[in-house]
Amino acid sequence: MNSILSSVLPAPEDPILSVYYACRDDPSPVKLNLTAGTYQSEEGKPHVLEVVRRAEQQLANDLSWNKEYLPLNGLADFNKLSAKLILGDDSLAVKENRVVTFQCLSGTGSLRVGAEFLAQHHQQRVIFVPNPTWGNHPNIFNMAGLSVEHYRYYDPETRGLDFKGLLEDLGAAPSGAIVVLQACAHNPTGVDPTFEQWEKIRKIVRSKSLLPFFDNAYQGFASGDIDSDAQAVRMFVADGDECLIALSYGKNMGLYGERVGSLTIVCKSEDVAKKVESQVLLVVRAMYLTPPIHGAAIVTTILKNSDMYKDWTIELKGMVDRILSMRQELYEALQARGTPGDWSHIIKQIGMFSFTGLNEKQVRLMAKEHHIYMTYDGRISIGGLSSKTVPRLADAIHAVVTRIA
Amino acid sequence: MAMAMAIRNAASRRTMSPISGEFGLRSMSSWWKSVEPAPKDPILGVTEAFLADPSPEKVNVGVGAYRDDNGKPVVLECVREAERRIAGTSFMEYLPMGGSAKMVEETLKLAYGDDSEFIKDKKIAAVQALSGTGACRLFADFQKRFCPGSQIYIPVPTWSNHHNIWRDAQVPQKTYHYYHPETKGLNFSGLMDDVKNAPEGSFFLLHACAHNPTGVDPTEEQWREISQLFKAKNHFPFFDMAYQGFASGDPARDAKSIRIFLEDGHHIGISQSYAKNMGLYGQRVGCLSVLCEDEKQAVAVKSQLQQLARPMYSNPPLHGAQIVSTILGDPQLKSLWLKEVKIMADRIIGMRTTLRESLEKLGSPLSWEHVTKQIGMFCYSGLTPEQVDRLTSQYHIYMTRNGRISMAGVTTGNVGYLANAIHEVSKSS
Repeated sequence: MNSILSSVLPAPEDPILSVYYACRDDPSPVKLNLTAGTYQSEEGKPHVLEVVRRAEQQLANDLSWNKEYLPLNGLADFNKLSAKLILGDDSLAVKENRVVTFQCLSGTGSLRVGAEFLAQHHQQRVIFVPNPTWGNHPNIFNMAGLSVEHYRYYDPETRGLDFKGLLEDLGAAPSGAIVVLQACAHNPTGVDPTFEQWEKIRKIVRSKSLLPFFDNAYQGFASGDIDSDAQAVRMFVADGDECLIALSYGKNMGLYGERVGSLTIVCKSEDVAKKVESQVLLVVRAMYLTPPIHGAAIVTTILKNSDMYKDWTIELKGMVDRILSMRQELYEALQARGTPGDWSHIIKQIGMFSFTGLNEKQVRLMAKEHHIYMTYDGRISIGGLSSKTVPRLADAIHAVVTRIA
Repeated sequence: MAMAMAIRNAASRRTMSPISGEFGLRSMSSWWKSVEPAPKDPILGVTEAFLADPSPEKVNVGVGAYRDDNGKPVVLECVREAERRIAGTSFMEYLPMGGSAKMVEETLKLAYGDDSEFIKDKKIAAVQALSGTGACRLFADFQKRFCPGSQIYIPVPTWSNHHNIWRDAQVPQKTYHYYHPETKGLNFSGLMDDVKNAPEGSFFLLHACAHNPTGVDPTEEQWREISQLFKAKNHFPFFDMAYQGFASGDPARDAKSIRIFLEDGHHIGISQSYAKNMGLYGQRVGCLSVLCEDEKQAVAVKSQLQQLARPMYSNPPLHGAQIVSTILGDPQLKSLWLKEVKIMADRIIGMRTTLRESLEKLGSPLSWEHVTKQIGMFCYSGLTPEQVDRLTSQYHIYMTRNGRISMAGVTTGNVGYLANAIHEVSKSS
């Protein structure tokens, strides 16, 4: 092993983390970190939801909670409630017992478990992801044993959806290919299909016999409404066909570090669902045996209690409203400064992030001269902005954009 | 196509109206209609069957989770106190990919020693992992990526999930002799032969203490001999230490095998778990460490372990790590924890003695010496699958069919009943 260890090279730096660390190590008192997709308060502090604190207290005071192993598929109530959250209260698929849900480690874990199941049991090993997509998608799918292809998604000219390209690429995909669809608030672009476009996507996915794998990391965080943000997923499920859905509670409940999420698989029949479930459990068992209890216990406490659920949706809307107003403020600030270019994408894009359109040179200058940090693709986390910091950001963008093209 | 649509509508009772040609060639069937139902996990199946049994006399000595003398699950006092301190204080932000640095540091001290020079010299690549399972899986993935031609040697028997972990990581497996059914002890010569005959530089999975499922550990002298032979063969020792503290009641003593290998200069890997010794089963807290040549190598190896964690779960869960750091970082809480671990280990040791004495008092013709010689959570009773089936069907006693008894499930309340039942099914063998 000695010679093996000595041949191990340091891993290349994670593109998002390297920026995060550069910001952390920057001594400037006015530095601004807009890299990671975490929501911060107006004061720039990490924000823990009130309702989460209440749930925590409840759990801490409940001596009947022990720390025993959860079943392989996690907390039963959590799974039921998560399926309801995505699919709605009256889902026919749930009533027909064709839906299986597994508590997993946030979005990443849900995607990985689903992908390993598919690599072992699905006819096709190829998975299509949008171009661009969350940086970790290709890693997860490659590691699981799938081979990753891209479909056109973002149009840099319009800073919107390359819908024609998307339909062409999905239309050319082989039968059985898996297609990753971001359910709402696309990361990193903030560009989502319209309802009508989703319907066209659904048609082509079904007519080409492609298998949709939804990444649902921002439900509630796009429009502020849980059900609106689930429309695309529900549209697919309503047609009776199969899909996978990875759900994360990291952002919409602010439970980032507790790693809470779920993998839901909608099958054609109850019989298939049972078989699929048994095989997914084997994947889980060989990876980490059972999922961690704490975060799921918090989620279950909130979703189960109608008052807490209501309070959660109010807080969620509050966060989204603040993000929307930050978008508006930033846009207006750039307009007021006469910053060259069309900045309307800032208010058109949706969710946690804005794809500013800044290029890598400009991004590096933002960091070097203005101590403002974002990922090299020009993506900023709006959740990291406040009324105090918007003017500084606008000044910096203006300076950088007029300095270098 | 219209006919297919009509049938499909009837089958799925969709609310949307069909559009002709919409569903392509596979409209009728599931992608996964040929998926086989997976076999049930043998250990979990036992608990399920136990729960379903209405008999008031039923006894569960199946799964390896600690129970107190009333048969109840235990949350340690030190854990309750840690939770009280933590509740309401966490910002729930992402841990780094390698997990909580504080928790990892305290965990390394347990395995390598409080004053370990390896810790001081930063020679250990270590990351927080999802309990022991997660640590083993990360190591298996690392082995696959950086030693692609290698195999893993696994003892016979072992925790059944070890096989699943290395299989899913696509690392081929071989086995080595370990348990001796005749003596119900260690097959030391078989083990040494297999170690000697394995190709140079092979990877071996070793249970650091309290072997699961047999409870049979090498003696200190035997560990030294194994270590010397490993040196001669340049093998890589990977220790699964899931029961530190739970074997003898003394964590330092339970890490003896690891300390011997470290003294002898091996570069080892260790999987550590807080599931049993801190009762944090469901929190999934553990640690994977690899001892490297120097700090530079440790930094490189750690970065690669993180690269393997990133596509699995991005970063590990916070809460369990906070509990561990809170306890081990506070001298009073740590001292309380050590007391509580000893109480758990002592109760099990006491039950071993009582079970053996009860069987001997009943006049069993068999030797039950192994019940007190074996160590840790489990006793490999030597009962056959047929005898185990009789224990279940006649006496509502539940254990895995390999005859493994989870001593943690034995209480002063049920030990007499258990001894009697074992005697009844085995007295004529």
